[in-house]
Amino acid sequence: MEVFVDDSVLIKKYIDGDERALATLINRHNSRISGFIYSKVGNRNITEDIFQDTFIKVIKTLKRGAYSEEGKFLPWVMRIAHNLIIDHFRKTSRMPRFEGSDTFNIFTVVSDDKLDIESQLIKNQIDCDLNLLIEELPNDQKQVLIMRIYKDMSFKEISEITGVSINTALGRMRYALINLRKVIEKHNIALTM
Amino acid sequence: MENIYVNNNNTCELIKAQKGTIEFLMNYSLSLDIIEVHGMKFENNLN
Repeated sequence: MEVFVDDSVLIKKYIDGDERALATLINRHNSRISGFIYSKVGNRNITEDIFQDTFIKVIKTLKRGAYSEEGKFLPWVMRIAHNLIIDHFRKTSRMPRFEGSDTFNIFTVVSDDKLDIESQLIKNQIDCDLNLLIEELPNDQKQVLIMRIYKDMSFKEISEITGVSINTALGRMRYALINLRKVIEKHNIALTM
Repeated sequence: MENIYVNNNNTCELIKAQKGTIEFLMNYSLSLDIIEVHGMKFENNLN
């Protein structure tokens, strides 16, 4: 036969170090507190979060020895939950929350072009390898390639700066690419994401 | 036709915090330690 132990007794036991007393208290009042929170917020996940935060406060207060309302455990917990519900609504009114539906996903409209962290790391590695390969090119080819690819200059501008004809600049670019491909193939280097 | 609602009273599901949440709270409680130094209380989380 199960003996009903009063909340105040369980609280005392818990303060004295009996963790099972807390489990009994939580299970005893679980549905009432959850129901109360759910009736205000109308969302199961938020209910779960507020329930958790409520009991974190309860645990802290009891462990600190700051609880003094013996015999009124449930109203006290309800008041904590009520305050947290108000906090929740304050937060959501400051930052309105939008939830998509089955037919509309916000991420089809709003997108982030940035690479994810793994792709970014791979890209950095490729850029680094490519720089090493470019360093191996003859100076005239390297110069044209850097001006064309990294500085986005036209072949006309390159020819003016380097003092060679456009055709020569084009030829150096062509040889730079051929040489890069040769090195890549020779050493079996993979430069793809 | 008349509906007998009393026959359907079990369809109302009680809202309850999940087992995982309760386990989290129990673990939190176990790990939380309050230390008092010079009249000041400090929270200590021993994971």
